[in-house]
Amino acid sequence: MSTDYHKESFFTKYIWSTDHKIIGLQYGITALLWLLFGFILMMIMRYQLAYPESPIPIVGALLGDGGLLPPEMYNSLGAMHGTIMIFLGVVPLAFGAFGNYFLPLQIGAIDMAFPKLNATSYWMYFVGSVVMVTGFFVPGGAANSGWTSYPPLSNIATTGQTVWLCGMVFLITSSLLGSINILATVIQLRTEGMNWMRLPIFVWVQFITAFLLLLAFPPLEAASVLQLMDRLAGTSFFMPSGLVVSGVALSNAGGGSPLLWQHLFWFLAHPEVYVLILPAFGIVVEVIANNTRKPIWGYKSIVYAVVFLGFMSFIVWAHHMFITGMGTSMSSFFQTTTMIISIPSVVILTALFMSLWGASIRYNTPMLFALGFLPMFGIGGLTGLPLGLAAADIYLHDTYYVIGHFHYVVAPGTIFALFAGIYYWFPKMTGKRMNETLGKLHFFFSLIFMNGVFLPMMAQGLAGVSRRLWDGGEMYAHAAGVLYLNEVMSISAWLLGMTQIFFIVNMIISLMSKKTGESNPWGATTLDWSATTSPPLGHGNFEVVPTVYRGPYEYSVPGADKDFTPQNEKV
Amino acid sequence: MSEYTPEEIHHHVKTYVMVFVALAALTIITVSISYLDLGVLPAVTLALIVASIKGSLVACYFMHLISEKVTIYWTLLVTLAFFLVLMFVPLSTMLVQAKV
Amino acid sequence: MDIPFTVKERPDTGLYNGKLGIWLFLASEVMLFGGLFSAYVFLRTGAESWPVGSDILNVPMATLNTMFLITSSVTMVMSWASLKLNDFGKFKMYLGFTILLAFGFLVVKYFEYTAKFEHHLYPSTNNFLGIYFTMTGLHVLHVVGGIIVIFYFLVPGNKMWQSDPDRFVNRIEIVGLYWHFVDLVWIFLFPVFYLL
Repeated sequence: MSTDYHKESFFTKYIWSTDHKIIGLQYGITALLWLLFGFILMMIMRYQLAYPESPIPIVGALLGDGGLLPPEMYNSLGAMHGTIMIFLGVVPLAFGAFGNYFLPLQIGAIDMAFPKLNATSYWMYFVGSVVMVTGFFVPGGAANSGWTSYPPLSNIATTGQTVWLCGMVFLITSSLLGSINILATVIQLRTEGMNWMRLPIFVWVQFITAFLLLLAFPPLEAASVLQLMDRLAGTSFFMPSGLVVSGVALSNAGGGSPLLWQHLFWFLAHPEVYVLILPAFGIVVEVIANNTRKPIWGYKSIVYAVVFLGFMSFIVWAHHMFITGMGTSMSSFFQTTTMIISIPSVVILTALFMSLWGASIRYNTPMLFALGFLPMFGIGGLTGLPLGLAAADIYLHDTYYVIGHFHYVVAPGTIFALFAGIYYWFPKMTGKRMNETLGKLHFFFSLIFMNGVFLPMMAQGLAGVSRRLWDGGEMYAHAAGVLYLNEVMSISAWLLGMTQIFFIVNMIISLMSKKTGESNPWGATTLDWSATTSPPLGHGNFEVVPTVYRGPYEYSVPGADKDFTPQNEKV
Repeated sequence: MSEYTPEEIHHHVKTYVMVFVALAALTIITVSISYLDLGVLPAVTLALIVASIKGSLVACYFMHLISEKVTIYWTLLVTLAFFLVLMFVPLSTMLVQAKV
Repeated sequence: MDIPFTVKERPDTGLYNGKLGIWLFLASEVMLFGGLFSAYVFLRTGAESWPVGSDILNVPMATLNTMFLITSSVTMVMSWASLKLNDFGKFKMYLGFTILLAFGFLVVKYFEYTAKFEHHLYPSTNNFLGIYFTMTGLHVLHVVGGIIVIFYFLVPGNKMWQSDPDRFVNRIEIVGLYWHFVDLVWIFLFPVFYLL
């Protein structure tokens, strides 16, 4: 590593930087842009669902055909919205950006364990994300077999699917490098005195998340290779014998199994759910501890719950596959594990609610987002229970109920937590404060419109509307009673999009404002705030590498001279 | 610490040679077993047992897993657990399904 | 400031960063090949008929290849031991042998693959050949990657032996761990495809 940070060229400072903070920002900016892009795809889909026969405004000109959205294109949008939001947006933001930037600061490390690997990881992600989106420009459009890419549909799909698989291989490699880095950093680079039970919860969740990525992603890489072979070399790993498409029998040797893909895919994709939610927990814990000004309730319970959650997340995946007819004994097994895994989530949520009890809460923007997270994630989690039980799942599978459920977890859940994180750590990253009024407007309108989008989905789903309909269910009699909700949801979605303007404007004017000169404006106890300047120094982070003497959340310690006692303050 | 004295290294080298002989012998054994017509189940069992012994030899002695640190053991233990899940759970869903 | 524990072990874990890193990487590799082995078992159990490997594939050639890889593993670990004994000449000799054996493996593999193609046996012929080509192909890619890295340390990278010998020994140990893992995968691939 170069220790000389005065003579860096533009290239080594901003492009091929090995400084974890710059890489964190690179991840953050790229991921936010992809989130916006994925959001725009969704807004187009929502227009189609609300007004199936009318041409799409603005982007309609690109579509030809009088601006009408063809069904294949709708499928592309659906598949790419899912892929982009999860693999290009939320995970890189939660794990790549926040993990990279704040984890080393919080454990008192001067950088990640492998800085060059870290830069490689970012660029792998960048290339993978660009490859993924070039799918829109190949003949037949981007991948259109859903973000789950179930064969045999995906095997016979257009070229876009091959592009999707190639992009996936890059993204998986990037995640692997990133997770190796996080794990090695936490295990090896904790500063003196920072033992395991003094780690901030944020570090714990990143650590467990990294383990999930490390061990759950490779089977999907294997599956992607197998599907690439199916598509390019004509093998039949996922192709059953005797398949007939549009009246023509396929020439494949056959003998494969579409279920094999589902197993390998969900072996990743269920832990992936926890990859999406665990970093959110971590951010919310930091924000709540800071703004309640009291120690987090049940630190150890949260840690054990997170570890247990990570472990259990590997043996629940087949609850996505109840309707494949796996037999009652295996269904019972997966139902049981699914019910068990809800317990640690409840433990964490309970600990967070308990932390609010008796606190004199500071209602600033990050805290509002964190408080919004709690009930929203609660709804998301509770609506998941019927899906974990085979009997109810057989009815609800593939309806809008599922969409409503997981969006409650990810959108007003994880995304709210990520916003909380951005508002909370913005002063650390820039030395400036974000505008509170705009922040609060952003929060309240987001909260209203998020629910406006996702609550009606529950109603539609319970009425039995399938999630994959291009016309929003117009041709089905059973959907008629809930069809008007499409317009409600779509208008909410566009207003939600408008609300983000508050955030963007806030970001711009805050970046242009003067530095406040405070290094610890929130009065926080963790090392990222208490031991560094804002923003932290270039390579090296700390003027003096801090030593840790106490736990992470010592707020309002009786007898102390101020209401927070930083981890690096001597006993 | 992985600081070894020269004597220890010389001792290691002897172990490596012995392990090599064992690996070569086991390879010949497993190939010759395959030429006997044992039926599928005994053949698979024997071949996997021999492969596991060979794999363990490589891991324990060449990769020095026999005297590794506890962090590595934990990592590999967790990996092994999920590896077994990955190997056998999809299989069992299929076997149960086939019976239905 | 430099990142700590790149060369020296951290006292409480007893590891230097690179060693932990490579083991984590190998853990993910276990899951990668685990996914493929799982696919193999799944496909084979579900298939109506599954060919006997030795009827289609060339067992003597694969036995030779097994010997190549096992021997290369020994030479790899010997090169590390030679460095520990400060014998740079022997280190280079052993590492050279490792590369040579790895190339031997690739050459045999090349003849095996082309022989299959000549008999019109392609990945698309049936799922046995499909998974055989996929898994051994991925393994071959790992061998190629290993050769590149070993070559780097044999020729351009060996200057570090003068400038930072402790770190160089560590790197050789790490490369060795990777190489033994490649050997280990083959130890399982060989019986699974050729003998069963």
